[in-house]
Amino acid sequence: MKLQDYESVIGKDNLDELFLIAERLRGKKIQNINSTAVGGGVAEILNRMVPFLQEMGIDASWGVIKGGEEFFKVTKKIHNALHGKGEAITPEERALFCETNERNRDVLRPDADIYFIHDPQPAALVRNKKELGKRWIWRCHIDISVADPDTWQFVRSFVTDYDASVFSAPSFSFPLPIRQFLISPSIDPLSEKNRELTDQEIQNVLAKLKITSDKPIVTQISRFDYLKDPIGVIEAYQLVKRNVDCQLILAGGTAADDPESTEVLAKVQEAAADDPDIHILLLPPGSDLEINALQRASDVVLQKSIREGFGLTVAEALWKGKAVVASAVGGIPLQITHKYGGLLCHSIEGAAHFVKQLLHSPEYAKKLGANGREHVRQNFLLTRHLKEYLLLFLALEHDEDIVYL
Amino acid sequence: MAEERESANPFEPFQFSTRVHLRELTGLRASNLEELLEQIRTVPGSVIYHHTHHFLEQHLYLSPEPPNDFAYWVAERLGDARLGEKLASINTCDFSTIRELRERLAQAIESELKKKKTTTASVPEGEELHLIRSVSFVLRTPYTAGNLKEFLEGLKKVTIGSLYYHIFEARLRLERPTNDFSFWLEKALGEKELANQINRLDPYTHTMEGLRARLIWLTEKRLKP
Repeated sequence: MKLQDYESVIGKDNLDELFLIAERLRGKKIQNINSTAVGGGVAEILNRMVPFLQEMGIDASWGVIKGGEEFFKVTKKIHNALHGKGEAITPEERALFCETNERNRDVLRPDADIYFIHDPQPAALVRNKKELGKRWIWRCHIDISVADPDTWQFVRSFVTDYDASVFSAPSFSFPLPIRQFLISPSIDPLSEKNRELTDQEIQNVLAKLKITSDKPIVTQISRFDYLKDPIGVIEAYQLVKRNVDCQLILAGGTAADDPESTEVLAKVQEAAADDPDIHILLLPPGSDLEINALQRASDVVLQKSIREGFGLTVAEALWKGKAVVASAVGGIPLQITHKYGGLLCHSIEGAAHFVKQLLHSPEYAKKLGANGREHVRQNFLLTRHLKEYLLLFLALEHDEDIVYL
Repeated sequence: MAEERESANPFEPFQFSTRVHLRELTGLRASNLEELLEQIRTVPGSVIYHHTHHFLEQHLYLSPEPPNDFAYWVAERLGDARLGEKLASINTCDFSTIRELRERLAQAIESELKKKKTTTASVPEGEELHLIRSVSFVLRTPYTAGNLKEFLEGLKKVTIGSLYYHIFEARLRLERPTNDFSFWLEKALGEKELANQINRLDPYTHTMEGLRARLIWLTEKRLKP
């Protein structure tokens, strides 16, 4: 995929503008670092973003830190604690976190101009700043607004050494002595997960996954994670089922850095019991076509998360013109204006009520979906995200309100 | 600063510039009317600018008459529909500087606060208004115009960001006496009537694409024999 291919979605004027900005960064060496090459939203964004930065003449690269099972258990614990869930991190776990980051020192490109570090897992790499110098940015993809204070203090001790930080929503951030920028994540409209599909392609996927479209389909696509509340989704479906004969699809994969997902999947299977209308699909990495088809085949898409980094599955479903019922958490209220571009819920009962309403009023569902798609076109596509990253790199050299380039 | 002067120089071809922006969190927030007033009085002008203008770009298909964030937050979160309406109805076009706009917003809140006998209610945690600063980046586009026909071509090709820069940012944030288009049309081409027509437009009541269409229509009308 080339940037030129996006002209049909965003227009020539906006595409030209991207290249105009990128000219100011030509030849800059920018290294992204995170903790997984596959699975999860961060890897997905980097997979697109890095080649596009290269196409615009920027020397962008992507490094992944390595760690053992114990390290990822600790980082999962940190992740949960930053989301306000789970217990505090022990001194031994902190030590393991720091040691693993130290062992990954070689991941850092010695010649980079900007180190762009994603999420808490590799945050301690900033300890190399004194030696390597240059600019360092910490990109926080998660909602830390109700973080466990001790865990946040631990992560914060690294973050304050960066030159700047980036958050996905204003409410996700905490006061910091460094600059904090606001950049929402995005979806790629031309990726396998979001491109237009023919009816035949959709039907083929449904047949492969043994799903018939004889009953309305309600779907939640997300990793098997307690924070996505898959059990709550089943309960909401059961409430809907009392009045509307529908089927539920819970589909998602596991991420390499999330050892908890197997346990969650087992509990979800138990909760579904032997209801033949509940389809639990554990999708392997790279099942983008399947996810695309499932979203497009759905009558209503649910995202009943308890906490969210941003909840990009919402933008994905909206881009497909689907009516979405989602929890008002994390970045979801930025994506959905209630009763205009989707419906926001706060409980299992609320989710069930709205799903029923949409299944009973397909015209209303269609209107919400159409508005939602337009909102995503303006604010949540990859090209807007790319533009803001370019500006972020430029902003590191400027403090003023209006910068003449 | 060179580009700023060049864009506004009436005796040179018109240089279409474009403006893109990045949002920066200030860490400041308001949870009730008193705090909102305090913030409006003290935050940098770039914060007032962001909260009174970002709707124009972010929800450009929802316009006309986009609300400013202060009005929206007061009405939807604090539940004060009357003050929300008062803040929404402040006509940004009436002000030539951010200072004046800030003062008007503050006066509206202050007079409402005086009417209230007790301390105002606060929003629940998580529903505070987060104050955001807008950082603008101005770049020259490849498009210039030495006559009306080239000006028309430029209008058709530039981004919404370019229109935004020459119409909104030039006037209110850079405190120029009029928008860049009207200034150049009158001074360089002697197109006084067209300049006035553009100057009289209330850009806040158009969508950005609607505004482009209107500018094109006015220019094409002038070009017709």
